Amino acid sequence: MTAVERRAVVRPQIAAVRPRRVELGLIALIAVVVVSAYGLASLGRSASVPANIGPFLAWMLGLFFFVHLAVRRFAAAADPVLLPMALLLNGLGYVMIARLGGDVDGGSRLAALQSVWSAVGIGGFVVTLILVPRIRALAEYRYLLGVGGVVLLALPLLPIGIELNGARIWVSIGPVNFQPGEFAKIALALFFASYLVDAGALIRNRIELRDLAPIGVAWVASVGVMVLERDLGSSMLVFALFVVLMWVATERAMWLGLGAAMFLAGGAIALQLFSHVERRIDSWLNPWADPQDSGFQIIQATYSMAEGGLTGTGLGRGEPDRVPFVETDFIFAAIGEEMGLAGTTAILMAFLIVIGSGLRIALRATHPFEKLLAVGLTTLLGIQAFIIMAGVVRIIPLTGITLPFVSYGGSALVSNYIVLALLMRLSHEQRTVTTTVSAK
Amino acid sequence: MNRRIRTLGIAFLVMYTVLFAQLNRVQFVEAEEYKDHEGNIRPQLRAFGQERGEIITADGVVVARSVAVDAGEIDFRREYPADELYAHSVGFQSFNQGAFGLEREYNDQLAGARLDQQFESIKDLFVDRDTTGTVVMTLRDDLQRTAAETLGDRNGSVVAVDPRTGEVLALWTSPSFDPNLLSGLDGSAVNAAYASLLADPENPLLAKSFREVFFPGSTFKLVTAAAALDLGGISLTAPVWPETDRYEPLPSGRDIHNFGGSTCGGDLLLALQKSCNATFAEIGAEWLGPGPMAQTAQNFGFNSEPVIDLPDAARSRFPTDYGDYIADLSAYLTQGENEAPNGATPIHENSAILAQASIGQNDVKATPLQMAMVAAAIANDGMMMTPHVVAEVRSADGDIYDTVEPSIWRTSLSPFAAGQLQEAMVNVATVGTARAMQVDGLTVGGKTGTAQLGTIPASSHAWVVGFAGPPGQPAEIAVAVIVEAQPGASEQTGGTVAAPIARAVIEAAFGLGGD
Repeated sequence: MTAVERRAVVRPQIAAVRPRRVELGLIALIAVVVVSAYGLASLGRSASVPANIGPFLAWMLGLFFFVHLAVRRFAAAADPVLLPMALLLNGLGYVMIARLGGDVDGGSRLAALQSVWSAVGIGGFVVTLILVPRIRALAEYRYLLGVGGVVLLALPLLPIGIELNGARIWVSIGPVNFQPGEFAKIALALFFASYLVDAGALIRNRIELRDLAPIGVAWVASVGVMVLERDLGSSMLVFALFVVLMWVATERAMWLGLGAAMFLAGGAIALQLFSHVERRIDSWLNPWADPQDSGFQIIQATYSMAEGGLTGTGLGRGEPDRVPFVETDFIFAAIGEEMGLAGTTAILMAFLIVIGSGLRIALRATHPFEKLLAVGLTTLLGIQAFIIMAGVVRIIPLTGITLPFVSYGGSALVSNYIVLALLMRLSHEQRTVTTTVSAK
Repeated sequence: MNRRIRTLGIAFLVMYTVLFAQLNRVQFVEAEEYKDHEGNIRPQLRAFGQERGEIITADGVVVARSVAVDAGEIDFRREYPADELYAHSVGFQSFNQGAFGLEREYNDQLAGARLDQQFESIKDLFVDRDTTGTVVMTLRDDLQRTAAETLGDRNGSVVAVDPRTGEVLALWTSPSFDPNLLSGLDGSAVNAAYASLLADPENPLLAKSFREVFFPGSTFKLVTAAAALDLGGISLTAPVWPETDRYEPLPSGRDIHNFGGSTCGGDLLLALQKSCNATFAEIGAEWLGPGPMAQTAQNFGFNSEPVIDLPDAARSRFPTDYGDYIADLSAYLTQGENEAPNGATPIHENSAILAQASIGQNDVKATPLQMAMVAAAIANDGMMMTPHVVAEVRSADGDIYDTVEPSIWRTSLSPFAAGQLQEAMVNVATVGTARAMQVDGLTVGGKTGTAQLGTIPASSHAWVVGFAGPPGQPAEIAVAVIVEAQPGASEQTGGTVAAPIARAVIEAAFGLGGD
């Protein structure tokens, strides 16, 4: 970046006014949608307007306005739709969690926690924007990030790890429980992107073992660790991230073929090693073969979504709590039941808009690192959402993983807001740079 | 890299399109299929998680209601205060055995699930209003009780309808069952109770009043008489048939004897009074023939889809296939005897069957409800009204959602023929076989029947059908009573066994009778 450009970056406000206005309008619209949904969920359950609708509205509008102001201050030129989509998903997810907690009037423990996590996530978003003024600076920490990612992944295997529902993905330090894997995936995306900027060109022409070693080690470690922790969803996610980045960086389709082959081989090995993988595949192919046990969850989810039909039972009027883990892995089924095909389609569209914006950022990026990072971050969100939604509707075998921004879960919310912040930062940088260039 | 990124975008688009397609499959295309899945207890739990409206009789007696229970996900169970009295019409709502009868047919209205119940006005969005509907039946508790008490523990059915509207006033079959046994919360007890009801050889689950057909016997002669009056050029007083003890069918077949080898004949009025088999067999086979007989039977509702607002009603039937028409009967006619009337003869190859069918034998089968409707159509000057057991559906606060309006189902016979037959039936109830159903102060018409089942030991279904009303006014009630498998096979059986039950029901309907 030349001195002239750098000066221009300092004052991007003029070019930034329009996207922020769009964003504010969208956020206002989403606030209306979320508050209406919150009120309707309570009306649907108990035919009364929730007593805390005032505080809820104030809390939500406060958060929305705060994060919007932060973007105006720290990433004024960034893409205007990314943040509103995340807030929409987060808001609808919160309404579902509050409604599932039984008592919509804020009495539900999960809902209270989720509102705190949403605030923490939005805080993480703002902090990320502040701490990362220049995205390219991150590339300098590539090995630290790579090692850090693998260490984070491996943390649950230490004695501080907790096994919950068959997967060892939690870490408990003092009063705080969190899923380090959620943050590891960001570190790995950063590492893969920065490493492949240099290595990609080399690997493209002539593959030497030496060039492949670091990334290979990182991949084997991450996938291996996650298989040991029996977190198949995240394993699939990181693997997909790796393959996509290799393919985009090297521009060789061979990586897709190799990736598919490795994936199948890994799947075959997992099938041999872990009984629960076989169960997952059986219940994917025919859940009705074992309706009371392995197929129970997916069958209940199917009934739940079928119950919803086109327009849903109405918020608060369905019985999505019949589905196990409905607040986390299966929140999509709850949305399908109470908001119908209309609701699930809206969620799909929101994710497609996020993916579209993310890939547009990748296309507009001038530097390979930024391109690859944008692709990586977008892939994280897009693939993760697909893995769980497709699992719920039986397109692919079910793997326990959260629906970004929607599901209950603090670590996931915070890490996804960080991913969003990085995308916003990328977008802001390229728009301000482009503006200066075209102004000259 | 940009080309790869665009390809990646397309790949995402494809993935999400597949997701969207699958969502359409699960939530729209196959949704109904999943809802009907055996393992899907959502509809069940929804039904048992909310209160339902009551089912009440026309005279205001509650016969089905929801009672709150504390049993996990089941918040309400159904209770049937009248026990077995309405089991065949009201049915039951059972968690383990599903729903039946009005509980099933009017499920949405009872549960308040219909749109007009859900949203009476926009303000309903904001208040928790009781949307359940109360189903008001046409059945009258006093008539139903009288029917059950007078029939006692004999097997049989009693059906009473209002001829003017088609409202079913009583619909009783013995044996019945106690629906409370099936609406309980103890699943294994419910299943055991259901299994034992199913295994019972007397089949108490079956509402024989409208779901089982019987030989109508001589009560069917009313239909033959209607055909004779409308299509046969016959009046109550002419022609006069000679006295005989049997009918010898054309072209061939077993003779049809009168009951007990008696001799009878005379005009139509007398033939009906005496229930003369020989005369009616001849009228059906030789004066009317297959076409007019089948047509009249159909006009009365035979060979037609039953129309009552209860599920699985049985179809009453009358045979229609009598082989080819026989143009030249000379080979069959002995000189002077059995000469075909009317110049033309309607004799077919199997006219002997028609002769039997004309007196309600052979393959004629009717539900008790069907025979009550035959009497009702005659009493209502030829118009057969659509029978129904539900009068209206009301909201919890008394507004009326639905009213079942009377409608004409069939024109069974001409008003003139109906008038003639009313006269003939009053005659039967005054001096004929149905005297036992006569009630002082009312105009009562009737016709008995005895459908023989076998001779060793002799047993038969005892029938009576009839109507009653204030003198000089239209009849207000038509009844059919069948007492199954009574010992003996005399033409008197219907008159002695079934007619007193009909009389008791008529008396109850007009508030007469001391007990």
